[in-house]
Amino acid sequence: MDLATLIFWIIAVILVGSALMVVGLRNIVHSAVALILLFAMAAGIYVLLDAEFIAIVQILIYAGAVTILILFALMLTRITGQQSRTNPTNKQWWIALVICTLLGVSIIYAATTSPHAVATVGSDSGQLPAGINNVVRIGQLLYSPTQYSFVLPFEIASLVLLVAIIGAIVIGRED
Amino acid sequence: MSTPSIGYLYAAILLAAGFVFVIIATSLANLLAPHDRTKEKLQTYESGETPIGSARVQYPLGFYIFALLFVAFDVDIVFIIAWAIIFKQLSLFGFFEIFFFIVVLVLGLVYAWRKGVTRWI
Repeated sequence: MDLATLIFWIIAVILVGSALMVVGLRNIVHSAVALILLFAMAAGIYVLLDAEFIAIVQILIYAGAVTILILFALMLTRITGQQSRTNPTNKQWWIALVICTLLGVSIIYAATTSPHAVATVGSDSGQLPAGINNVVRIGQLLYSPTQYSFVLPFEIASLVLLVAIIGAIVIGRED
Repeated sequence: MSTPSIGYLYAAILLAAGFVFVIIATSLANLLAPHDRTKEKLQTYESGETPIGSARVQYPLGFYIFALLFVAFDVDIVFIIAWAIIFKQLSLFGFFEIFFFIVVLVLGLVYAWRKGVTRWI
């Protein structure tokens, strides 16, 4: 077993454990904190897959912003009664069991029979040049005008973010 | 799955050092601190104001806009990271590109300011 496989299994065990904590813990604030750990471990998986940009996005937006959003929503809504029973269970665990089994079986089936399951290392077309990771490559595609680039979509993305900001203010403001 | 590059070794060392530092600092404080649990010591503010009511009150809902604005500007930071990593390769064009990107987002901040979102509730 090489080092990457060992790290993968450590991360995978912590990831599944924290995912179980998210659904299993009785205090919903503890669930939200476990969600941060889950997102961080998912970022570790992305790093192992050489997808550093996705890992940065995972840490910054999911572990940073989305969980903050969830914690704010918990803080701003009134929690009545016992603090320790804010994440209650219900009696539908057998439906969840059936759905999870079906989902797991179909994922395993897809991963073992799909032709894309085999990595095509060695074909040059999809490979990055040596010494360039994909954050650098994404930066080059977004910000340099010489080659085939995404300058205009990038500027339009800022407009989309502006619309999101103004929309949040318009909808969320209490008048 | 490829082997992780040597650069992540430093990140792993930093992570481990962070955990070790916190563990040493808290356990050392636990060892050194006196443990006499008097009534005054267990108050929220020792020899200060007496707290009134529970801390778990409902905050004004207007604070949620701050979280939403934070998410939007966090997405903006992701783009700036990809820009900052290759900053030395870029010409003046790249600078103006990110400049206009930020200007458009500052328009959103100005809008929030004018609408009084940033006022103290």
